[in-house]
Amino acid sequence: MVDVTPADAVPPAEVAEMELYHPHSWWTKYVFSQDAKVIAIQYSATATAIGMVALVLSWMMRLQLGFPGTFDFITPEAYYQFITMHGMIMVIYLLTALFLGGFGNYLIPLMVGARDMVFPYVNMLSYWIYLLAVLVLVSSFFAPGGPTGAGWTLYPPQAIMTGTPGGQDWGIMLMLVSLILFIIGFTMGGLNYVVTVLQGRTRGMTLMRMPLTVWGIFTATVMALLAFPALFVACVMMLFDRALGTSFFMPAIVEMGEQLQHGGGSPILFQHLFWFFGHPEVYIVALPAFGIVSDLISTHARKNIFGYRMMVWAIVGIGALSFIVWAHHMYVSGMHPYFGFFFATTTLIIAIPTAIKVYNWVLTLWRGDIHLTIPMLFALAFIVTFVNGGLTGLFLGNVVVDVPLSDTMFVVAHFHMVMGVAPILVIFGAIYHWYPKVTGRMLNEAMGQFHFWVTFLGAYLIFFPMHYIGLMGVPRRYNELTDMTVMTESAHNLNSFISIMAFLVGFAQVVFLFNLIWSIRHGREAGGNPWRATTLEWQTAETPPAHGNFGKELPIVYRWAYDYSVPGAKEDFIPQNMPGSSREPA
Amino acid sequence: MSVILVFLLVIAGFAGWWLSHQRLMAKPWLEQGVIGDTIGLEGSTLPTAKIGLGVFLAVVGCLFALFTSAYFMRMALSDWQALPLPRVLWFNTGVLVLSSIALQCASVAARRGQIDTVRLGLATAGLTALAFLIGQLVAWRELTADGYLLTANPANSFFYLITGMHGLHILGGLVGLGRTAAGAWNGARPERLRLSVELCAMYWHFLLFVWLAIFALLAGWAASFIEICRQLLT
Amino acid sequence: MAIALVLVLVVVGSVLFHFLSPWWWTPIASNWDYIDNTIIITFWITGVVFAAVVLFMAYCVFRFRHREGNQAAYEPENKRLEWWLTIVTAIGVTAMLVPGLFVWNQFVSVPSDATVVEVVGQQWQWSFRLPGKDGKLGTSDTRNVSAENPLGVIAGDPNGQDDVVVEAADLHLPVGKPVKMLLRSIDVLHDFYVPEFRAKMDMIPGSVTYFWFTPTKTGTFQVLCAELCGQGHPLMNGVVMVDTQEDYLAWLGEQQTFAQLSAPQQVGSAE
Repeated sequence: MVDVTPADAVPPAEVAEMELYHPHSWWTKYVFSQDAKVIAIQYSATATAIGMVALVLSWMMRLQLGFPGTFDFITPEAYYQFITMHGMIMVIYLLTALFLGGFGNYLIPLMVGARDMVFPYVNMLSYWIYLLAVLVLVSSFFAPGGPTGAGWTLYPPQAIMTGTPGGQDWGIMLMLVSLILFIIGFTMGGLNYVVTVLQGRTRGMTLMRMPLTVWGIFTATVMALLAFPALFVACVMMLFDRALGTSFFMPAIVEMGEQLQHGGGSPILFQHLFWFFGHPEVYIVALPAFGIVSDLISTHARKNIFGYRMMVWAIVGIGALSFIVWAHHMYVSGMHPYFGFFFATTTLIIAIPTAIKVYNWVLTLWRGDIHLTIPMLFALAFIVTFVNGGLTGLFLGNVVVDVPLSDTMFVVAHFHMVMGVAPILVIFGAIYHWYPKVTGRMLNEAMGQFHFWVTFLGAYLIFFPMHYIGLMGVPRRYNELTDMTVMTESAHNLNSFISIMAFLVGFAQVVFLFNLIWSIRHGREAGGNPWRATTLEWQTAETPPAHGNFGKELPIVYRWAYDYSVPGAKEDFIPQNMPGSSREPA
Repeated sequence: MSVILVFLLVIAGFAGWWLSHQRLMAKPWLEQGVIGDTIGLEGSTLPTAKIGLGVFLAVVGCLFALFTSAYFMRMALSDWQALPLPRVLWFNTGVLVLSSIALQCASVAARRGQIDTVRLGLATAGLTALAFLIGQLVAWRELTADGYLLTANPANSFFYLITGMHGLHILGGLVGLGRTAAGAWNGARPERLRLSVELCAMYWHFLLFVWLAIFALLAGWAASFIEICRQLLT
Repeated sequence: MAIALVLVLVVVGSVLFHFLSPWWWTPIASNWDYIDNTIIITFWITGVVFAAVVLFMAYCVFRFRHREGNQAAYEPENKRLEWWLTIVTAIGVTAMLVPGLFVWNQFVSVPSDATVVEVVGQQWQWSFRLPGKDGKLGTSDTRNVSAENPLGVIAGDPNGQDDVVVEAADLHLPVGKPVKMLLRSIDVLHDFYVPEFRAKMDMIPGSVTYFWFTPTKTGTFQVLCAELCGQGHPLMNGVVMVDTQEDYLAWLGEQQTFAQLSAPQQVGSAE
C-alpha cells in the first residue's frame, strides 16, 4: 500500500502543488484516480447509469398500473421486484451517491479552496466500494429467484419469507450485502467530506463565508455518518435472521400452515432502526438540494441570498431535528400510540425552519435581476414541487391525518414530489450550472429548454393527481387495482394518463443524457466563469480545473459568497478572493 | 432507542460547542477583508488525521450505541434468557487493557524519540490484541460447547453478534498497527511515526472503552444500572 | 417570461383540479368525520400557502426579470420580516397540529362500551373472532395454529370455548355500536383497512394492536390490506357488512364457536 497522506505537520490546504501525489499513468489519472474531481465524475456516472435502470423499472410499474392486464411479463413477483429495486436505487444508489459522492466530491474542495480531499486514497476506495455495492445489487437481477421484492423498506418478516420474491432465494441476501458495502464505502467518503470542510478550508474561508452548497452537503454528510449505522445494524441483524436462523426480528410464524423455527422477535424493532436511518435519509437528500438551490437562485438572480444566517441556522437546525422525528413513519405500525403525540409535534416543528428556507428563496427573487437561464428555471421548478411536497408532508406528519392516508398512493405522491422530483430538479439545475466548469463547454440551450419543460410539467402532472387517487383510499404497492370498489372507472383513466406522462418524462431524460454527451464536443465554449459567479470554483486558473485545483497559490478569501450587485461596485458580482478596497462596510 | 439518543446528544454537545466557536452570529456581509490583512488558517491546529480518526470513532460509537439500543429493546421481550458469561472474558479484558497501556507507552516513547521503546510497545500491543482475539474465540467455543448456540436465544445471538463486531474492529486496528510497526522497523520519519503511533493509541483506547461498555452490557450490569437510575428518577 | 405564466397556471390548475375533479374520498361510514375535518383544515391552510408562495414567485419572475440596465437590490437580511414570517408559520402549524392531536387522543382512547372483535391476518386472507356470551376472548398463541385451530386459540382457556370463529369469510358488525378491533397476524405484517371507516392499523405477528370506530351506515364495505405482505398483497380482500341489529344477530346465530369447530365429530352427529 502506498502511503498517501500528505505531510502531517502541514495542513493539507497549504501543501504546494508539487508535493501532491500527481498521477503518473493513464490508470492512476482516469481509473484509480485520487483526484476528487475524477472520483466525482466516476460517482456521478455510476449513479446515473444505475439510475437509468431504476427509471426503466418505473416505466414497467407504470405500464402495469396504467394498462392492467396488458403486459404478461409483469407478473406480481416481477412487479414487486421492480418497485423494490426502483425505490432502493433511487433513494440510496442514485440520490445519496450523486449528491454526496458526486457533487460533494466535486464542489467541496473547490468551493472551500482546497487542493483535494484530505484523505484522497480513502476517497478513491470509497468509490470502488460503492461500485462494488452497485454491482452486487445488479447481480441480484441475475440470481436465482431474482432480486428481492420486499419493498424498499425491507420490513421483516415478509422480506425473508417465501411469500415474497427473493425472500428465501438470493435476492434479499444480495440486497443486504450491497447495502452493507454501500455504507462502508459511504463512510470512507463521508469522512473526507466532513474533515475537508473542517480542516481543508483556505485562508479566510470562515464558516460563515462558506457557500450554502457546502453547508448543505456538509450537514447532510454529518447526518449520514450518524444515520447510516442504523441501517447497517438493521441489515446485519436481518442477515443473521435470514442466513443463520436467529430471531432478532422474527416472531413465531406460521407460514402456509408450517411453523417456522423463529420465535419471539420484534418486527417493530427493525422498523425503529430502519426509520432511524430512513428519516434522516430524507434530509440527507434534501439538505444538499437546499444548499445548491440557494446558490443557483442567488447567482442567477444576481442578488445575495436573503437571510444567509437564517439559512445556515435552518440547515443545522433541520439536521439536528431530523433525528427525533423518525417514528412519524410508524404512526400506524402498532407502536405505542402515545408516541404519536411526541412525534407529530416534532415533525410539525421541523416545518418551521423548512418554511423559512422557502421564504428566503422567494424573497431572494424579490427585487432581483432574474436571468431565466436553465439552472434558474430548474430552481424555480424546485420551489414549486418542494413547496407542494412539503405541504402534503404536513398531512402525513400530523398523526391522525396520517391514519387514513398512510400506505396509500397519497404517500407515494408526497414523497416523490418532495424527495424525488424536487431534489432531481436541483440536480438538473446544478448540472446545467456546473457542467461548464467540469467540461469547459455549455450544455445545449434548446435541448435544455425541452428537457426542463417536459420534466417539470410532466412530473407535476404525474404526481399532483396521484395524491387524489390516494385520497380515494387506494393503497400503494398494489400491482392491480381492478378488484377495488373505491377505484372508479375515471380513476383508471387517470392512471393511464399518469403512465403516459411517466413515459414522456422518461424520454426527456434520454434527451438530457444525449445533451450531456453531445455538448462535451459541440457545446459553446464557456470560459472560466460563464455565470459571473462569486464562489471559488469559478476563479480557478484553468477550466476544467487541473489536478490541485488552484495552480501554485491557493486563493485567499476576503468576503462572503454572495456579493452580487453590491452598490457602487463596477460589476454586479465580486469574487470571494477579491480583497476589499477599504475598511468601511459595504 | 434511548441509548442512541443519549449518544447523539453527546455528539450534538460536541458539535454545538464547536459551532459556538465559529461565530455563527456574525454578519458576513459586513466583514470584508482587505489586502495585507494577516489571515490565519481556518481549521484546527490538531493534525488532520487525528480529526479524521475522531470523526470515524464517532461513527463507530454510533454503531455500537445502536447495537446497544437494539439489545435493550429486544431484551424487553418475553423470550429473553440471559447467558452466563465465560470466565475467560475477564482475562480478555485484562489483556486488552494491557494492550492499550502498551500503546500508550509507545506513544509517550515516540514523543521522546525512544525508538526501541516504541518498537517494544507496538509489539506488545499487537501480541496482546491478538491474544484478546484468541481469547474471544475461546469464549465462543466454551459457550457453544455448553449448548448456548447462536440461534437458541436472542441473548446468545446478541452475544455473538456484538463481540464479533467488536472483534472485527480490533482486526481492522491490527492492520493499522501492522503498518505502523512496519514503519517503526523500517525507519519512518520520526514525526510521521509519532502520529501513526498516537492514532493507533487513540483507536485502541476507544475500542477498550467500547469493550468495557459491551462487557457491562452483556454481563447485565448495564441493565441493572439503568434500572437503578430509573428508580432514582421516579 | 413563459415561466411566470406557467407558475400562475400551475396554481390555478391545481386549485381547479382540487375542486372540480371527480376524485375525492369515498363517503364516510364511521364516526371519524373528525379526521375528515382535520384534513379539510389542513387542505385550506396548505392550499393558501401554496398559492401564495407560487403566485408571489410568479410575480417576482415577471416583475424583476432581467432587462438591460437592471440592477438587483442589495439586502442581506430583514430581521423584522423574517420574524413575522416565522411567527405566522408557527401559528399555521399550530392550527393544524392542535386539532390533530385532539382527534388522535380520541382515536387512541377506546370507549368503555366498545365490543371487541379480533381480526387475524395471514397470507392472504382475513379471519375474525368474536367473544361469545361471556364477552371475553380466549387467549391465543401463534404456536397453536394448525389446520383444526386456524387462529391458534389456546384450547385450555375456558374463555375461548364460546368464541365465534369466522375463518376466511365476511365479518358482520352492528350499526351504531362502537367496536374495538384487536389486530393480530400469524405470519407477516398486514394492515386492516376499510377506506370508508378511515381508521387503520398494522397487524404485527407476535403482538396485538388495536383501533376503534363506530360504524354509522349499513352496507357492504371492502377490506383492503394496507401493508405489503408478499406477492399476494393486492388479492387480500375481505368484506365487512354493517347490519341492523336484527340482521346482525341472525348472522351471529349461524356462526360456529371454537368449541364446535374443535369437536367436528360431535357437530356431525348432532345434525
